[in-house]
Amino acid sequence: MRLVTAVIKPFKLDDVKEALETFGVQGLTVAEVSGYGRQRGHTEVYRGAEYTVDFVPKVRLDVVVADDDAKDVVDVIVKAASTGQIGDGKVWTTPVDDLVRVRTGERGPDAL
Amino acid sequence: MTSSGCAPAREDQTLCNLPAMHIDAGDTAWVLGSAALVLFMTPGLALFYGGMVRSKNVLSILVQNLACIAVVSVVWAVAAYSLAFGPDAGGGFIGTLHLAGLAHPELAVPGLDLSVPPLAFAAFQMMFAVITAALLTGTGADRMHFNGFLALAAIWTLVVYAPIAHWVFSPNGWLAQRGVLDFAGGNVVEVDSGASALALALVLGVRRGWPREAMAPHSLPLTVMGAGILWFGWFGFNAGSALGSSGLAAQALIGTQLAACTGVIGWLVVERWQTGHATTLGAASGAVCGLVAITPACGFVNSMAAMVIGLVGGVVGVLAVRVKFRFGYDDSLDVVGVHGACGLAGTLLVGIFATKAVNGAITHQGLVTGAGPYLLGVQALALLVTIAWAFTGTWLIAQLVQRTVGLRVTDAVEVQGLDTAIHAESAYDFASMRAGQAGF
Repeated sequence: MRLVTAVIKPFKLDDVKEALETFGVQGLTVAEVSGYGRQRGHTEVYRGAEYTVDFVPKVRLDVVVADDDAKDVVDVIVKAASTGQIGDGKVWTTPVDDLVRVRTGERGPDAL
Repeated sequence: MTSSGCAPAREDQTLCNLPAMHIDAGDTAWVLGSAALVLFMTPGLALFYGGMVRSKNVLSILVQNLACIAVVSVVWAVAAYSLAFGPDAGGGFIGTLHLAGLAHPELAVPGLDLSVPPLAFAAFQMMFAVITAALLTGTGADRMHFNGFLALAAIWTLVVYAPIAHWVFSPNGWLAQRGVLDFAGGNVVEVDSGASALALALVLGVRRGWPREAMAPHSLPLTVMGAGILWFGWFGFNAGSALGSSGLAAQALIGTQLAACTGVIGWLVVERWQTGHATTLGAASGAVCGLVAITPACGFVNSMAAMVIGLVGGVVGVLAVRVKFRFGYDDSLDVVGVHGACGLAGTLLVGIFATKAVNGAITHQGLVTGAGPYLLGVQALALLVTIAWAFTGTWLIAQLVQRTVGLRVTDAVEVQGLDTAIHAESAYDFASMRAGQAGF
């Protein structure tokens, strides 16, 4: 199993969610996060005083998938989240040792 | 019905027995309505300022403004009105307590030939005292304690506001006797509060982290709503100061509108040139700067002059709000820059543009009429003594309050935010806002 983590633009969340559902992913977890990448933050001006806002709002989503699906899921997210503009985000995967469905106690790929 | 609006059966009663006065129904209606318009400015100011502070302090601003209405109105009725407009105690410096408690409403206001009941005038002027004190909440934002502010507002209304109002607004005042022109309070309200704000900022000290940390406005929509209410109420403030529903009131009203508009233009053009952006806060601030600048002038200058005065106000304002960073005083929401500097500019411009063609009652005209520099000199004198009295008086009162009631909150309260720490409330329920967000 692999954990696929994506940090994307908040307004692309619906597109990504629909694409993942179409692909067959059964569930995902999302969180509001802040951060910056190569685009850095932005500057705001109030009565002539400039304030640098370092962290830009993003949405982070986590989904655990079977090893065979990981590459395809990454591709689905990248396709759905892309605008071609700076600040589109990142997607990465990490190996997952174990997984338990809390209700039934099922373990491993059966619990996906 | 008689001219005073009293039923014949009540003719013998004191309030309706105003033999020396001619009460005009139209004038009275306009002044009473203007009193309500000016009252509305203080909740407007609360929103204007509330939007500019961080979300943890917005309620502290709102409640300070509401309580300021309550406290200053009472202080005004009990004593301050009489100190400002009662019979002169000598030398044109202060009124006596003859009208304290709003006693003797049957007596004409000394020196004023009013066509409205004296109580209508007292109510109208009450709202001026309220908003002038309320302006100080902008300077103390984020760190001034509720209790300390109210103590300051009460003493300040008696010691700083009432004498200056007597000097300038009462015809028996020593500056009024010398021909100073202040139609609606450029001196009494704007420069007075601006100089007081500077003293208050110095006594309070800078906020934790200022100017290193960003303290950006939390809700400019609130600020724009507040600016709109101020703009609306300002018609009562300025055109109501004609004290009658007259051609002069119409001139004051149109001048007020034009100056607000050129104030917006002036601020936005300079801001766009300086920073590359025309901002929402800039438009709202520019309107207020134009309104402040025209306040002393609107009943003495024509419409073209009003546009120039508003434009100067907008430009002066956008430049003046930067001064605090150079000198290191933390005037949180720019009372010194917006009210002090623009009020000063407007008061001086009266000395240039005032003309008998607009107001036949004035004794001295401005430079553009070829009348010479006398009026400009009196305006400058009034500014100097107002700044000196307001700054010194406020500095002493703020020190007194700081050492007794306490004026500045503790560091812990300042970090936590005044809303939860002092008032046990928070303006926004962020947790449920997140839970309800679309897409989650």
